[in-house]
Amino acid sequence: MSSIPAKESHITSYPKFIGRSLWLATEGSFAFYAWMTMLTMLFLVGANAWANQVAGGMIGTNMTDQVSWGLYIANFTFMVGLAAGGVMMVIPAYLYHDRKMHDVVILGELLAIAAIVMCLLFVVADLGRPDRFWHMLPGIGKFNWPISMLTWDVIVLNGYLVLNLHICGYLLYMRFLGRKPNPTWYIPFVMLSIVWAISIHTVTAFLYCGLGGRPFWNTALLTPRFLASAFVSGPAFIIVAMVLIKRLTGIGGLDHPIATLTRIIRVTILINLLMVASELFTEFYTGGSHVSAAKYLFFGLHGKTALVPWTWTAIGLNITAALLFLWPGLLGFRWRPLLVAACCMAFVGAWIEKGMGLIVPGFIPSTLHEVVEYVPSQLEWKVTVGIWAFGLMVFTIAVKTALPTLKRPAEH
Amino acid sequence: MTSTETDSTSPSKPCLPIVENFSRRAAVKAGFATLGAGAFVAAISPLRQAAKNTSAAEFMQTHYTELSPEQKADVIARLEAETKEKYGADVTIGDDRPIPGTKFVYAINLSVCNGNGKCVEACHKENNHDRDTNQSYIRVIEMPKGTMDMEQGSTTYTGVVPKDDKFYLPVQCQQCDEPPCVDVCPVKATWKEEDGIVVVDYNWCIGCRYCEAACPYHARRFNWKKPEVPAAEVNPDQSYLSNRIRPVGVVEKCTYCLHRTRRGKLPACLEACPTGARVFGNILDKDSNIRWILENKRVYILKEELGTKPAFFYYFD
Repeated sequence: MSSIPAKESHITSYPKFIGRSLWLATEGSFAFYAWMTMLTMLFLVGANAWANQVAGGMIGTNMTDQVSWGLYIANFTFMVGLAAGGVMMVIPAYLYHDRKMHDVVILGELLAIAAIVMCLLFVVADLGRPDRFWHMLPGIGKFNWPISMLTWDVIVLNGYLVLNLHICGYLLYMRFLGRKPNPTWYIPFVMLSIVWAISIHTVTAFLYCGLGGRPFWNTALLTPRFLASAFVSGPAFIIVAMVLIKRLTGIGGLDHPIATLTRIIRVTILINLLMVASELFTEFYTGGSHVSAAKYLFFGLHGKTALVPWTWTAIGLNITAALLFLWPGLLGFRWRPLLVAACCMAFVGAWIEKGMGLIVPGFIPSTLHEVVEYVPSQLEWKVTVGIWAFGLMVFTIAVKTALPTLKRPAEH
Repeated sequence: MTSTETDSTSPSKPCLPIVENFSRRAAVKAGFATLGAGAFVAAISPLRQAAKNTSAAEFMQTHYTELSPEQKADVIARLEAETKEKYGADVTIGDDRPIPGTKFVYAINLSVCNGNGKCVEACHKENNHDRDTNQSYIRVIEMPKGTMDMEQGSTTYTGVVPKDDKFYLPVQCQQCDEPPCVDVCPVKATWKEEDGIVVVDYNWCIGCRYCEAACPYHARRFNWKKPEVPAAEVNPDQSYLSNRIRPVGVVEKCTYCLHRTRRGKLPACLEACPTGARVFGNILDKDSNIRWILENKRVYILKEELGTKPAFFYYFD
């Protein structure tokens, strides 16, 4: 079945597997090469912008001492959600033993890998001194654990990356060797990854809600809100990816997982909206000084309204998407374009809500109640686009590696 | 991946397709990979410029608290030479340590402060702040009388001070006893010293700005660019943990002018204040002026409800 003799050592056969996978992942149609070339070019633009940022200082961004985190940390927060959202395929597959989900669950895990890689890149892009990155390495640096939430985040994000690399690597490797995967080598890790996925977004929420001086973030609802929106954006991305994969490769067996994920979003998107509404109620009905950040976000403060159009766009997208997901017809095969549109709306809605709509108002007004607005600079957009392009590249390559597995008809 | 079970039973189906014409494709792929790598190196070439500004010794330098006396002397000599080279100024960088039995606290008399902003200016000069961005560790808020709600204040007020219906609230680092900025730092680049001053090792900070997000008093500043100070204006009396010219990309903060106060002088902001609103001293000294004020005046602290326990007090006559 494969060219690897049964008794060959893993030390030699694993590199062969990686090599074959990479070879295969770089094989494709003209459209595939065009796609990868485009992503490479965008990535290079981002890399160049980042190098300029490091050389010239972060003055090239539009961040200030008042708004000290911006587009990078906004995207980081959203990407953590995307990584955690991949678990919504793992749960039905392994906790509810959904057979058809089992065949494609690896898509969720590969998405998690790509998303975590992007998270790490966004954090590095946000560092004023990336050359001192080694100060964060336990052992040679000084790790402020367990007090700093950021060190927790470093641990859980890298741990989640390793977990998913192991699970995906093991399953695909066994497939390459033509062997049946040994459940002891991956089932415990899959179960761990379910808990771990929740933990990455919990810790990331704790980064913000643990700050007493920032009333907009200092709410216990932040963690559940993070999780709910993650369980919208992650599945939404995977649905779109599966619709595309089906179109481009003709792989069967994806309709059932698409329907399952659609049913999941149907619930999570409503939970997310409910939590947004609860938070707005507490803010605006109570009033007082704590409401100023929310006021800035929704209506503007002292004539400053930079985020208002964004936030209403997000609310519009989220509500429209929620209504579409409530409609039973969306599960039907004929309404695929509408499903994709609903997923895109939910995805973009979550991106605005959890990115700019969460990070920036945390800083406006500032702790001394100065209203200093923030609009990302061109450099920040370039770096951001570059990292997204790189993430999509990783995801594309990862999916291509897994395609032979997915292509096999589901036989049970 | 349960469908794998079928693998062992269907050896005729290769799961990875055999690619034909391997060598030609390999050559093309290798060509594109090389091209991509070359383009990547070109794209990140501005990093070479950045690398020039960091010496190997600086890159490898360990945390301040782990430097041996000899290493510290080397580091300080290097920093002085770098200041000469980059800024054209002769400076002496001290390593001022806390004086045992000292706990510094600050107090401001709000009945007297008239918002003239001399403290802001003095801080800017004393601490070698970037001239372009006109940085300072102090912000003075003009507040309407009858409220403590900062929401109603303004930090960008203009015109003749004091205005009749206003009072003035200067805010700087409160040197908290429970400093949230220290808790959140992922690399322990910032800590509280025995005399109550919260300091930053500018050569250890990675520039994540989490401390800036955590501080409820807007007390921390980030060096968004390399600070520019004309050679003639550089304050040559410096200290490692205090007012030496900061590197780009790191966070800095008020240190109660430890390069002065640990040498028995008063903070620059206090000396500059024309109204005498500012009082500074050692709270452990029973005979100190500040001790008398804290015991006898109506004193309050900012944002007490956050539990940061400031070593910075406001009082009224």
